Amino acid sequence: MSILVNKNTKVLVQGLTGKTGTFHTEQALAYYGTQMVGGIHPKKGGETWTGSKGETLPIFTSVAEAKEKTGADASVIYVPPAGAADAIIEAIDAEIPFITCITEGIPVMDMVRVKAKLDKSKSRLLGPNCPGILTPEECKIGIMPGSIFRKGSVGIVSRSGTLTYEAVFQTSNEGLGQTTAVGIGGDPVKGTEFIDVLEMFLADEATTSIIMIGEIGGSAEEDAAQFLIDEAKKGRKKPMAGFIAGRTAPKGRTMGHAGAVVSGGKGDAESKIAAMEAAGIKVSPSPARLGKTLVEVLKG
Amino acid sequence: MNIHEYQAKALLKGFGAPVAQGVAIHSADEAAAAAKQLPGPLYVVKSQIHAGGRGKGKFKELGPDAKGGVRLAKSIDEVVAHAKDMLGNTLVTAQTGEAGKQVNRLYIEDGADIARELYCSLLVDRSVGRVAFVVSTEGGMDIEAVAHDTPEKIHTIAIDPEAGVTADDIAKISAALALEGAAAEDAKSLFPALYKAFNEKDMALLEINPLIVMTNGHLRVLDAKVSFDGNALFRHDDVKALRDETEEDAKEIEASKWDLAYVALDGNIGCMVNGAGLAMATMDIIKLYGKEPANFCDVGGGAGKEKVAAAFKIITADPKVEGILVNIFGGIMKCDVIAEGVIAAVKEVGLKVPLVVRLEGTNVELGKKILNESGLAITAADDLDDAAKKIVAAING
Repeated sequence: MSILVNKNTKVLVQGLTGKTGTFHTEQALAYYGTQMVGGIHPKKGGETWTGSKGETLPIFTSVAEAKEKTGADASVIYVPPAGAADAIIEAIDAEIPFITCITEGIPVMDMVRVKAKLDKSKSRLLGPNCPGILTPEECKIGIMPGSIFRKGSVGIVSRSGTLTYEAVFQTSNEGLGQTTAVGIGGDPVKGTEFIDVLEMFLADEATTSIIMIGEIGGSAEEDAAQFLIDEAKKGRKKPMAGFIAGRTAPKGRTMGHAGAVVSGGKGDAESKIAAMEAAGIKVSPSPARLGKTLVEVLKG
Repeated sequence: MNIHEYQAKALLKGFGAPVAQGVAIHSADEAAAAAKQLPGPLYVVKSQIHAGGRGKGKFKELGPDAKGGVRLAKSIDEVVAHAKDMLGNTLVTAQTGEAGKQVNRLYIEDGADIARELYCSLLVDRSVGRVAFVVSTEGGMDIEAVAHDTPEKIHTIAIDPEAGVTADDIAKISAALALEGAAAEDAKSLFPALYKAFNEKDMALLEINPLIVMTNGHLRVLDAKVSFDGNALFRHDDVKALRDETEEDAKEIEASKWDLAYVALDGNIGCMVNGAGLAMATMDIIKLYGKEPANFCDVGGGAGKEKVAAAFKIITADPKVEGILVNIFGGIMKCDVIAEGVIAAVKEVGLKVPLVVRLEGTNVELGKKILNESGLAITAADDLDDAAKKIVAAING
């Protein structure tokens, strides 16, 4: 099993005709035949998209039209920052159940607008500013490199794109493999939080252990730790390893992600690590030892 | 992007917020004329630098007994004397670091009779995904100390973006600040105006510390600190025009031209990475092996060869750099593009220090092949751990 996406997931691409959208759609099609079913372009509806290896996909004028004609239940967004929020809102209005936004650099106020809309909708948004989601040998949405994955038992959830790949790479090298890897993204206002994904991993039978990667800033890791403590009291618990990026970051500096800034001692690495350890997560001091740390946890 | 206090006040005034009359000057010659435009008899002379703690700050050149970066004056002559004393000198505050910042601009402002000092800021509260007012009756001091020592004195009121600032929100904010009479009346227009300014100008932070109740009972914005969401600058040419490049690190300005995230640090390993999380993790692991990064440059996703080359040049321009670690786990970023960018930069500026490259992810084989065939003295690393060990070993000689 897996969470959120599998071999039956039908995916639309908003921003298919751009360079990034084209490259990653080709990669997705090449990844165990992920069901990419069409692209959206307001002026190119009715035309056909052709990839570099001759792959083709139909282009539709709107998300609503594409959903109706393809039965898509997911959408991935590669639209540039200035138009990305409107693209998300179009997908929400078309009632796409699962929307992934890869775009980096969306103005925060645009996301505040999206969030208000999202909270009243039936859609789930992953991202923005995230690498997407991948269920090995079934479905790849977004930009994660498929070659490092291996079908297996670890659920991975991360705020950092590239550290998601580290966790995937290392669990593959340890022979554990993954059920699903989810990059929730580093922006301060986003669609899916740690708790949402952890809930799904706890409920997924195939997921027998979890890696959670956080970073400094905000309180999402602390909230997730409290959630895990509460669930453990109900008897729901899985072995977990984790990492917090930014332990050595200078205070008061924005570290690239708009979200990754420490102020007033809140949201610093030590408070997050303490909260995660209290919830039974073994936190690795080194980002290079995520896989090995999980193996140690599993050996007890 | 940050702006000066006088620019922030002019902007807020445009939205109807009550600010004092004031004039910004660049030289002491302008001081007397500036002060004459104000009603007097009380004036405030304020250093304009992008850092807080100016009042308690000290000028490097003036000795420990000299007054700080914000001074009261009771006559025009006093204004002129302060201006001569302050302009061109280096102000060191709790936020500037030891190097301090040169004061190139002053703001001469009409003095106010203060009854109470309050704190009010607006920011995006990530836990609810909404703009929130953070207010406290404990204004005029370090708000982080207040948050730490007496968290019950800080109130957060989040605003529903579809409703805007409602009468109910205003009542809550006013109650939290114990506003009465004329101040409570002023609040009805001030708080919606601040919210409007924050929204329309895509601010990241709007901090008024202090917001004062004057002895006449009215509210006034006494200090204002505004920073803008860098991702939204594309739609605000008026805001971009307020940029003061003398306040920013030259390498950070160069990096921002290329849309690169560059952070200067104190160590001696230059780092090129993709992604903020990997940047921080790379820094963490270098420190685990006993060294410190000199800087890091995040090329993000989707950079072209030219951008990668620019990043590499910015990193090597730092004289502190004794070794370079390129750590890329490509998703949207392709490893072959990184390899080509690094080679192009090295061909242009040379390579005088050890270079360790760790590539993984999209098009990794192609990237490694390009580096191998380049003939450059590059140490290849297999993984993050290996990369950190190799660069630390190379520097230790």
